[in-house]
Amino acid sequence: MVRRQRGMGYYAVWTAVILLIILHQDNWLWENSSLVFGFLPTSLLYHMGISLSATVVWYLATRYAWPLPDEPRSAPMVTPVPRTGDRP
Amino acid sequence: MIQLIIIGGYLALLVGLGVVASRMFRGTSEDYLLASHSIGPFLLLMSLFGTTMTAFALVGSTGEAYREGVGVYGMLASSSGIIHSLCFFLIGVKLWTLGRRYNYTTQIQFFRHRLDNDAIGLVLFPVLVGLIIPYLLIGVISAGTVINEITAGEFEHLFGGNGGVPKWLASLVVSGVVLAYVFVGGMRGTAWANAFQTTVFMVLGVVTFYVIAMKLGGSPSLYENLCRASEAVAADKLTRAHISKSMFLTYMLIPLSVGMFPHIFQHWLTAKSADSFKAPIILHPLFIMLLWAPCVLIGVWATTELAGLDTTKVAANQVLAVLVRSKAGSVLGGFLTAGILAAIMSSLDSQFLCLGTIFTNDIALHYSKRPFTDRQRTLIARLFIIAIVAVTYAFSLAEPRRVFQMGIWCFSGFSALFPLAIAALYWRRLTAAGAFASILSAALSWGYLFWRSGFGLTPNYSVDIPTGAGFRQILAHYMGSASSASATGVLEYPTYPTMPVATIVLASTAAMILVSLLTRPPKEEVLARFFEIRGDSGTACKQWEIP
Repeated sequence: MVRRQRGMGYYAVWTAVILLIILHQDNWLWENSSLVFGFLPTSLLYHMGISLSATVVWYLATRYAWPLPDEPRSAPMVTPVPRTGDRP
Repeated sequence: MIQLIIIGGYLALLVGLGVVASRMFRGTSEDYLLASHSIGPFLLLMSLFGTTMTAFALVGSTGEAYREGVGVYGMLASSSGIIHSLCFFLIGVKLWTLGRRYNYTTQIQFFRHRLDNDAIGLVLFPVLVGLIIPYLLIGVISAGTVINEITAGEFEHLFGGNGGVPKWLASLVVSGVVLAYVFVGGMRGTAWANAFQTTVFMVLGVVTFYVIAMKLGGSPSLYENLCRASEAVAADKLTRAHISKSMFLTYMLIPLSVGMFPHIFQHWLTAKSADSFKAPIILHPLFIMLLWAPCVLIGVWATTELAGLDTTKVAANQVLAVLVRSKAGSVLGGFLTAGILAAIMSSLDSQFLCLGTIFTNDIALHYSKRPFTDRQRTLIARLFIIAIVAVTYAFSLAEPRRVFQMGIWCFSGFSALFPLAIAALYWRRLTAAGAFASILSAALSWGYLFWRSGFGLTPNYSVDIPTGAGFRQILAHYMGSASSASATGVLEYPTYPTMPVATIVLASTAAMILVSLLTRPPKEEVLARFFEIRGDSGTACKQWEIP
């Protein structure tokens, strides 16, 4: 396993993940019963925004913080763990 | 009657899909259990999503929003979007790599190999099976409830009761259909069925949302109907007035369960390449939003006068089915029911298959004194799947709990094992004794709290942690300077209510770290299978590729 160089992108992605987790606890919207666009509860819209942001952050994670080397990604099987029924 | 025909046709289609998949069966147990690692990004995305979204997502989310309001989305949907993908990223990709390298089929094989300890399998097996059975029950019970509600009044002369297909019969048929396509199609059939069913329930979920919104509002304009339905919702259902902030915070630990679901582990191993994980990692939060947001809105709309439901009579589990029956026509109602069943069955199939796999590999074959042929291995897996379906069905006939509450307890147990999964992959110092301590602490704390909750019958059971002021009151009470006891003699003080999962995860993590540090470190040759050698990445590379 080759150790990969960790660039700014790597740290930025994990900072964004932590930020998302913090922003998820939206205490400031707890008692807000207003509707946005006339039908979407504010806190529901906020958390839908968290879901969309998660999609973006995870896209960035696959680009800048992918845990495996670029090639080859399909690792060949080298040493099978002793299979059941094949015990010595 | 037309609804029943549509549902029957859908179920027959699934069995057909299993039969087609079985034509591609290569005759090996690896193909039956892991589809020969041939699953690409699209199928992996759909099968992982379909497997994680169960009755809990459709029936449970609607029902819980009906009871608690829109806060349910933040409690589980947006948090799952972050945490599920985190598990796929941190655990899934790495386990896939190790699984391909060392030919794992189950989690237990990985833990035995990583901890260099055979007995860990004997401890993990009953824990995993014991936790997955309630998860299966959620699906089987929900399927029975949905079909019963949808067909209510259609067969009064035949079945009595509410005139619908009895729950026991509906659950039996659905279990039988899932069993049939898993039995013949194995993992390939399951992955295909999952992809198909995920498409079905996502499309029909949108259709359900549209139809119910149009019926509730009564105007030709969708936007106007959405506004009318939401404006009719009581203010407390639009806020999180019923949810404590500390409970909400600790709910974040529930989705960690995905990191230890054995059926998800098995799906990870089916991937063709590590790149196949990218689509699920990126799109999972988006898909969750597309499914949950409409369900949560439908749930809170159901509390309004526009829905016309008797909130004292309609149970949370029944809300979606009752709305579909009353607001959609027979034909659409049949298709929508098929969509709900799709969500339920797309989880049941993977869970049945994974239990068969665990038993076959980790118990039957592992402790057998003689070698087995591939055909025999597949047969053992199939026989165990039949046994599990029978046991689950028998349990489902008992008094059902609320789907949502049952799911929370089941997920809490898996979340408690998450620290072990992470430590096994990223912490060199983890020892077998630490792993045993973690599992034991998780089992004991889970069992104790489950008992305290009346075996899941107390809704929203919490572990109450005293606040700063609470601690001072307790101290003052016991030091005799002031009494905080109520008239009944019970000590009362301000608390932060937390989800039981927080206590359970804390207990399992603390035990794992403490015992690992107190016991002898793992052997270097074992660690070399899983970690780089410190300070020499060149050597590490060699160690990794040619152990």
